[in-house]
Amino acid sequence: MTDAALPIAPPRTGPTAWLRTNLFGSWRNTLISLGSFALLVWAVPPLLDWFLFESRWGDTPPAECRKAAGACWAFVHEKHRLILFGRYPFAEQWRPLVGMAILLGLIGASCYRPFWRRWLLAVWAVGIAVMAVLMWGGVFGLRFVETTLWGGLPLTFLLTTVGVGAAFPLGVVLALGRRSKLPIIRAVSIGYIELVRGVPLVSLLFMASFMFPLFMPSGVQINALIRAQVAIILFAGAYLAEVVRGGLQAVPRGQIEAAAALGMGYWLTMRKIVLPQAIRLVIPGIVNSFISTFKDTSLVAIVSLSDLMLSTRQAIADPLWRPFFVEGYVFIGAIYLVFCFLMSRYSQHLEVQLNTGRRR
Amino acid sequence: MPFWSNPAVRGGVYQVTVLAGVFALGAYLIDNTLDNLAARSIRSGFGFMAREAGFELGESLIPYEPSDSYARAYLAGFVNTMKVSFAGIVLCSILGLFVGIARLSKNWLVARLASFYVETLRNIPILLQLFFWYALIIEVLPPSLDAINLGPGVFLSKSGLLFPLPLHDPAHAWVGLAFLVGIPAAVFYGHWAKQRQNATGQQLPRLLPTVGLVLGPAIIVFLILGAPLTFEVPVFQRFRFVGGGELTPEFLALWLGLSIYTSAFVAEVVRAGILAVDWGQNEAAGALGLRRGLVLRLVVLPQALRVIIPPTTNQYLNLAKNSSLAVAVGYPDLTSVTNTSLNQTGQAVECIAVMMAVYLTLSLLISAGMNIYNRVVAIPDRR
Repeated sequence: MTDAALPIAPPRTGPTAWLRTNLFGSWRNTLISLGSFALLVWAVPPLLDWFLFESRWGDTPPAECRKAAGACWAFVHEKHRLILFGRYPFAEQWRPLVGMAILLGLIGASCYRPFWRRWLLAVWAVGIAVMAVLMWGGVFGLRFVETTLWGGLPLTFLLTTVGVGAAFPLGVVLALGRRSKLPIIRAVSIGYIELVRGVPLVSLLFMASFMFPLFMPSGVQINALIRAQVAIILFAGAYLAEVVRGGLQAVPRGQIEAAAALGMGYWLTMRKIVLPQAIRLVIPGIVNSFISTFKDTSLVAIVSLSDLMLSTRQAIADPLWRPFFVEGYVFIGAIYLVFCFLMSRYSQHLEVQLNTGRRR
Repeated sequence: MPFWSNPAVRGGVYQVTVLAGVFALGAYLIDNTLDNLAARSIRSGFGFMAREAGFELGESLIPYEPSDSYARAYLAGFVNTMKVSFAGIVLCSILGLFVGIARLSKNWLVARLASFYVETLRNIPILLQLFFWYALIIEVLPPSLDAINLGPGVFLSKSGLLFPLPLHDPAHAWVGLAFLVGIPAAVFYGHWAKQRQNATGQQLPRLLPTVGLVLGPAIIVFLILGAPLTFEVPVFQRFRFVGGGELTPEFLALWLGLSIYTSAFVAEVVRAGILAVDWGQNEAAGALGLRRGLVLRLVVLPQALRVIIPPTTNQYLNLAKNSSLAVAVGYPDLTSVTNTSLNQTGQAVECIAVMMAVYLTLSLLISAGMNIYNRVVAIPDRR
């Protein structure tokens, strides 16, 4: 039998083979591909037209914008200071900008593993202090700015980082409590965790804005920002507790028994043996909690705190620019999307990285 | 060894301290609250629940008038919460199942589109999505006068979605009764067929008789009674539509927003569940000679569902809790009713306590059910 008698095998590599295996493998696959392709052809060009080709940029007046068939990015151009910084005094807005840059720099630096050292905590403390000074002012010749004027993206980032930062110790304590052998401590921890996880965040924010003032001795006022921040901490703490508990359960019993055999007490065992291993296991979960908290902070808009969400609504409320709400929502949607997407990618990357030692 | 090093003694001291701390905090807060309430001369207690509420609700499944009591308003709000949660759970399951399977498709384009859907929707806050849908409905859709006609008698406009509704007929009750009789009959048939298979090895058809037994009696009764079915079609009169069924813009925005957002998470759960079943299970079942449908029903699905159902229930719970964002679009759910009531009465503690208790009961009931389910389906003796 000669070679010529054999049918020519289809190529296994190259663009044709790729198309064959991924899009046109069978008649059903071909049909699905064509259907999806038709959907794209139907949807993408009009969207692109709206988004780009027919849109108005720069400082186009609103009347001009109404005539255009596409998006009016002039709205975002006009209102970007209000959307990003809320009602913070206009001339002082460099301060939240610098503060936010510091915060983002710290978040970025914390994503780099060689920096996971004790000094990073100190750097964070300094960074937060600098941000607080910048936001509040009142010292170093900076004008004092009340918290009621804080707003926009810096507020969103501040609520998130302070929220997760303060909720983490709470979460660790609650997780340890839930795994404790002491019945009362376990009951208190479980009660707290299930109570908070069983109700929506909105109800906690309501509680913070309507009930916290009643809880304080008469004459003591706590401002709205701190009340909402406390609600976020209490909420995130319960969820972080469950994340940490997952890590605690994954530490093999043998580790605890070995520590006991060496004569280590409960606190020493937890601090030196169990927690370091448990927390290392759940770092991706903590990053995910950070993402949800970042998204959840948008709910403070419901109790009238002008974070990114509410400041955008305030920008849209301008009757001149009212028709361009889609542009405003798309703009902040993109901000949330980019940040959350990057963080979730980082979390997935971390999961792979941290597991290299355990994978066989 | 000194007595304070005894773990039992230490444990006792810790517990007493924590308990005392919790009680002290509670007493302090209650004391302050009572002082503050007295200072603002607000009466405490749940007596206000029987008083007249005096506010309108945009929509309600149960009859409600502003002259009804606060308790009635709360009930109406709760029913509205259940309504949007239930509708949302149904829609998000369908979308999530579809997208989750699409993400695993061998077709590159479909898989990409599905992952674009998931990554975009789950990374944008639900509140923003709700605002977006609501604004889209009330700003972009035409007024009722130029409503978009989606099909016979179905109209979409700024004032919501209108659709034909079957007119009530006394015969419908009998049809419903026949339907209810069909279900136990089908269950009984299933048991009998299984026993027969166990005893004789003979396999009886399952699907067709089951469907026939459930739907058959209802259809027969319906036909015997002369197929009484007329639709009330919404008609535009003067300024607005009259007749037919209606979904308000608030409900539509909330329903779509919640379902689409949650479907992205459900899709991920479904994908993980399908991936969790080892491909070898498929091959082994095939090697035993099971048909494709039986492989799915007897081997793959039971294992995939064990992985899928608990996290899906969690997502359903999240959806129900997120429905509290109704307050942002003005849908009169439990949270909105609470908000209005506490602004009117000033009795923040009671109003919020009732709301939290309702959500908490709902959550605990569902998670208790989940735990029971987990115990039933857990693979016995797995370590």
